[in-house]
Amino acid sequence: MTRITIDPITRIEGHLRIDCEVEDGKVTNAWASGQMWRGIETILQGRDPRDAWVFAQRICGVCTTVHAIVSVRAVENALDMEIPLNAQYIRNLIIAAHGVHDHIVHFYHLAALDWVDIVSALSADPAATAKLGQSLSGYRRNSVQEITAIKDKLAAFVGTGQLGVFASGYWGHPAMKLPPEVNLLAAVHYLQALEYQRSANKIVSILGAKTPHIQNLAVGGVANPINPESQSTLTLERLYAVKAEIDKLGEFVNEVLIPDVGAVGALYADWTQYGKGITNYLSVPDLPLDTKGTQFELPGGYIDNGDIASFKPIASHQDAYFRDGVKEGVKHAWYQYEGGDQARHPWEGQTNPKYTDFQDEGKYSWVKSPTFYDKRAQVGPLANVLAMVAAGHEPTKRHTERLLAIASQVAGSQIPVDALHSTIGRIAARAVRAAVLYEALQNQWQLLMDNIAKGDFATYNRPVFPKGEVRGFGFHEAPRGTLSHWAVIEDGKLKNYQAVVPTTWNAGPRDDNDQIGPYEASLLDNPVADPELPLEVLRTVHSFDPCLACAIHMVDEERRPIVRVKAR
Amino acid sequence: MSVLVLGLGNILLQDEGAGVRLVERLEARYELPPEVEVLDGGTSGMDLIHTIADREALIVCDAVRSDKPPGTLVRIDGEDLPAFFRTRLSPHQLGLSDMLAALALLERVPRRVVLIGIVPLALDLGVDLSPVVDAALDEALPLLVTEIEALGLSLSPRPGPALATA
Repeated sequence: MTRITIDPITRIEGHLRIDCEVEDGKVTNAWASGQMWRGIETILQGRDPRDAWVFAQRICGVCTTVHAIVSVRAVENALDMEIPLNAQYIRNLIIAAHGVHDHIVHFYHLAALDWVDIVSALSADPAATAKLGQSLSGYRRNSVQEITAIKDKLAAFVGTGQLGVFASGYWGHPAMKLPPEVNLLAAVHYLQALEYQRSANKIVSILGAKTPHIQNLAVGGVANPINPESQSTLTLERLYAVKAEIDKLGEFVNEVLIPDVGAVGALYADWTQYGKGITNYLSVPDLPLDTKGTQFELPGGYIDNGDIASFKPIASHQDAYFRDGVKEGVKHAWYQYEGGDQARHPWEGQTNPKYTDFQDEGKYSWVKSPTFYDKRAQVGPLANVLAMVAAGHEPTKRHTERLLAIASQVAGSQIPVDALHSTIGRIAARAVRAAVLYEALQNQWQLLMDNIAKGDFATYNRPVFPKGEVRGFGFHEAPRGTLSHWAVIEDGKLKNYQAVVPTTWNAGPRDDNDQIGPYEASLLDNPVADPELPLEVLRTVHSFDPCLACAIHMVDEERRPIVRVKAR
Repeated sequence: MSVLVLGLGNILLQDEGAGVRLVERLEARYELPPEVEVLDGGTSGMDLIHTIADREALIVCDAVRSDKPPGTLVRIDGEDLPAFFRTRLSPHQLGLSDMLAALALLERVPRRVVLIGIVPLALDLGVDLSPVVDAALDEALPLLVTEIEALGLSLSPRPGPALATA
């Protein structure tokens, strides 16, 4: 038996350590450990709830808007507020644009390098690559000319010996199986994706006033005054600028991302057999369409044990089924609860650190272990896509079918929906969700325009804090999955604040019953050809899009190599 | 001429946010010419790529891990930077190093990149700087001003008590 420690997992935000025991080329046991203490909760205690979102968006450099939005929702929920329609639509546009951005970046700039061999791309024939691209979609930039230009650029770049962004790849690893032309096509799209992500970002910055930290939120709505005539407000001109950026995204998501993921998935069809892990899936509805948050453009809910028929929807921002089901345990996490370590509801949650060493049977992570009605649950685009399919959401079904059809065409055999319960499935679901969010962007933009045309310019309702204690929760289906913030407010001040983030659901260590978490479960039976170069482990972990938030950002003047892989 | 002064770091972790605090101080105490944009980048990575692309100059302010005493100021530029960026700079694997490498591939790297680093003392949870780093930022500020002036731009102190010296 060999034990592999990867510390930290690269190409992610924050600090994650993975330990695996490998026997006969397969993972037999696994531990996921968050190596960074995240204690936003402590900073927020005693503060004005109206300011919480400003701090919350500093939790993470990738998920700034995500935490900001869920934070105002938690406070609004505590006050039982209604949010003006315009504010909902503007928030929804920010949410959807950020989601598309994040999903594109994840595939091309984080996950793809586990599957695509950049060095092999240099031996591809540009004409054959263009032909391949044209067989997958009508994307106008799959031309011999553009592909040749980018190949030359790549060759020059690699020739300088500075692999830069590509330096951490496992080039030439036996698990890299794509033909050179597929590698080149993906590399071309890698570079083009850098351009398209800009459009998604622009939408956020026009509406949010600034990125990376948006300025336009408020408990009770948004701080974007709407006046079609005035220059200093959200004008028609700005709204049409948003529309122009939305339109640019459609081509890339539909004609590039979906076909690429379908093709790469088909060529790695064996990876639909690995990485299944926990098949209890939790997601929440998002993009509210009314002032109370009882109707949503995108459905969400719980699926038990991978059975779509078991789908139970989460219906509103006040949903008791969600509210009462969430707990966080610390039996295997470096915290202790005063009054006993049994899992607690977030309103009763505590953030008291208790560091021990890394103990396989004891505490070994800074991440807590969330459960939904005492079961582990996987969150993320796969959970959300399965819920939306279960709920009969037409765009989700359509894009899922299209992606599976492309994959089946490339594979030369029918790939079933069940293939989604896998490492490749998580990546595929993310592409589907990007396409769904793109359509939602178009729809939310139209809803906003129509509502303004009716003469409704309202964007804000003033919050009023009562004497005594009120409790609220807010949730959001973020790019990495279900995010919830939980606030206890007393006399207008925050008394307790807990964030249960998507990576906590997925990366959490063993729970009160010693049940392993989604990352850990998904690694079991993964192949590992070479324990010194555990690319296969990275594939499965990266498929979740880990984001361990908060994160020390410091530059290392001593130029230490930061990544260690240790096999013993 | 287009210059970006970029503060990086997490202000929820005390001195880890020193870079952000430094650019805040610059904006509070100086009138900046229109060519200079100041941005609090927080802990963002790839999101900033288009903000940085094609700039004449990029001045990054960030906390720097080092064996030197807390509060020490570090300046890295020119030929030292590429080597510096070759190894992973920070646990943020999609941080500055990756972004600059991607820009190199796109041939849109800023013409000049300078890093002003501050060695931190306290990295615990909290929004206040440690006194030693707080004081170091007052020394870093003139360095940052000199850096901007070296680009041929002039900036003037804002009037007010913020400039009073002890």
